[in-house]
Amino acid sequence: MTAADVEKTAQSGKPLHGEALRRQHTREQWTLLSLAAPAMIVVVLIILIPVGWLFYLSFVGSSGEFSMEHYRKMVEYKSYARVFLTTFQVSVLTTLICIFIGYPLSYFLALLPARLVGIFMLAVLLPFWTSLLVRTYAWLVLLQKKGLLNDFAMQIGLWDSPVKLVHNMTGTLIGMAHIMLPFLVLPLYNAMKKIDRDLMYAAANLGASPAGAFWKVYFPLSLPGMVAGSLIVFVLCLGFYVTPAVLGGGRVIMVATQITAILENQFDWGAASALGVVLLVATVLFLYMAARLFKFDAALFGKG
Amino acid sequence: MASDNDNGSLDNSTALPIHISSLTKKYGDLYALDSVDLEIKSGEFLTLLGPSGSGKTTLLMAIAGFNRPDSGSIRFGDQEVILTPPHQRNVGMVFQSYALFPHMTVAGNVAFPLKLRGIGAQECEQRVAEALETVQLSGLGERGIDQLSGGQRQRVALARAFVFGPRILLMDEPLSALDKKLRERMQIELKILHRKLGVTTVYVTHDQREALTMSDRIAVINHGRLAQVDTPEVIYNHPANAFVADFIGESTMLPLDQDQAGNLHYKGSTIARKPPGDDADGWSLVVRPEHLSIMADPKTDNDKTIVFRGKVVETVFQGETAFSIIAIDDQTELQIRFGTGSKAKSGYPQSGADVSVGLGRDDVIVIPGDQRQ
Repeated sequence: MTAADVEKTAQSGKPLHGEALRRQHTREQWTLLSLAAPAMIVVVLIILIPVGWLFYLSFVGSSGEFSMEHYRKMVEYKSYARVFLTTFQVSVLTTLICIFIGYPLSYFLALLPARLVGIFMLAVLLPFWTSLLVRTYAWLVLLQKKGLLNDFAMQIGLWDSPVKLVHNMTGTLIGMAHIMLPFLVLPLYNAMKKIDRDLMYAAANLGASPAGAFWKVYFPLSLPGMVAGSLIVFVLCLGFYVTPAVLGGGRVIMVATQITAILENQFDWGAASALGVVLLVATVLFLYMAARLFKFDAALFGKG
Repeated sequence: MASDNDNGSLDNSTALPIHISSLTKKYGDLYALDSVDLEIKSGEFLTLLGPSGSGKTTLLMAIAGFNRPDSGSIRFGDQEVILTPPHQRNVGMVFQSYALFPHMTVAGNVAFPLKLRGIGAQECEQRVAEALETVQLSGLGERGIDQLSGGQRQRVALARAFVFGPRILLMDEPLSALDKKLRERMQIELKILHRKLGVTTVYVTHDQREALTMSDRIAVINHGRLAQVDTPEVIYNHPANAFVADFIGESTMLPLDQDQAGNLHYKGSTIARKPPGDDADGWSLVVRPEHLSIMADPKTDNDKTIVFRGKVVETVFQGETAFSIIAIDDQTELQIRFGTGSKAKSGYPQSGADVSVGLGRDDVIVIPGDQRQ
């Protein structure tokens, strides 16, 4: 623009360069949005479309017409209720075990000097980097009737005959808790790391005993991290397949294992889809209620 | 507040003296506290002043009970507290970070020490309201901590520290996060509050002006040792050694020569008739910029004034004051400070001008130690 153009625009009564500045702003916003494009394409292609397809399949009856029969079966047959109950039970227990082990561990890590944290964190993360299947079968080797644990316990005389530690709920919970622990420890450790040491000093200075300072100050401040970690563990447990399948030995039937069974035995896509849909809806519903209850949106969905 | 119950009296019921003796704390080979002896009087406002790493915070934390000294004694009144855990020491403390509990309201924070002491809900509420009124935060009790400005947080931290009526109050650089104007106002407010509460106060800062403004006495600390403990006036006008002279106020130190009679000279000018002590390894003259004045025509020393000749290197205007740097020889520069506005009668000296600078004999400060480079 020449000086004469500027003069002319100014006289026309329009804001100087207003239009062009607005266009520039819009262009920048679109450029920014384009950064998210690959991720959005992936989400649409491998999540939205298949899930939509699942929804569709779950409403198609055996003769190909629209039908609620798969959902009706779920209400009618008691075995389905048992599957959901088991899923819920395993998820809750695994989460509780993870809290029980993970909270003291995270607290310990948060108090360690920085140079030592790396070493201990490695102990938490190393299994995390090993294949899930390898870890699950490793537990099978350790826990089975003639496994290392039983052999050792009988040698030192803890018990006389092999104890059933696997192919049941015990084995499933041991394996699940081991696999899920990092998902609880990482967010919890992060939350604890952010608690200012001065706060504990202040609590002591104001007259709180070490236990009092912990319960009145430290614990409430670590709670968002614990809730976030617990929810991640719980939700992951709900749809977990490998570990319950291997360590449960067919006795711990969760939704995911049931879906496989339906597909392998009956090749019934509709029934399998319906189970998947119910699990998905239940999970979303659970997360929504938890978000309302704990106001943890900030912890789990970003924002500080 | 305790002071209200005691009709605001400043006797021993609202304050306790602190006796510190032979307190030593080593970090590796470094002495953070090197056998410190310090008597803090009942009800006084004592500031621990020193550069970072001098040991001032270590000393404060030892009084609060947050670090464990290697040896020594700390007594509150007659009671030895060196082994007492922090939650049983009953001292108030304002932290540099404020350390307000983010999951509690303003009132919740202030009520925290009261609830721990089993004070009933009604009295608790009343004392919280009183404390908040004292720090001018009435009506903000239900606010969350994240809804407060920096200055307001500072006041909450303060209220929480004195609400339970401690007889000793510790403050660790409580104003360092505030902007300059607010900081200067809070300095005055803290001083007024201290007078009102009458509680023994130990205040840590690295800001010499803050220390001079607020303190009854200042303990200057360096390398874990006390360099000087005295009133602000004495510390400023009669620094005991080079560190104090250099750390507090602006100064230039000129090495002095001693003749056979013991008199001290600087380049032919007699500075002091006899040394103020006799065990020192040489002596130095401390020249403060505000003690100097430009002499109208070239003059020589007389009964009242010592005269330096020099060349103006640069003159700088800084608002309420201006200063010139004057080279009196190849290595030595003096700074001279003037008032501005109507006080600056004849304008400021121009760069390159030859000037005579006078130092009143009343303003002569001689310290032990030869500060020759």
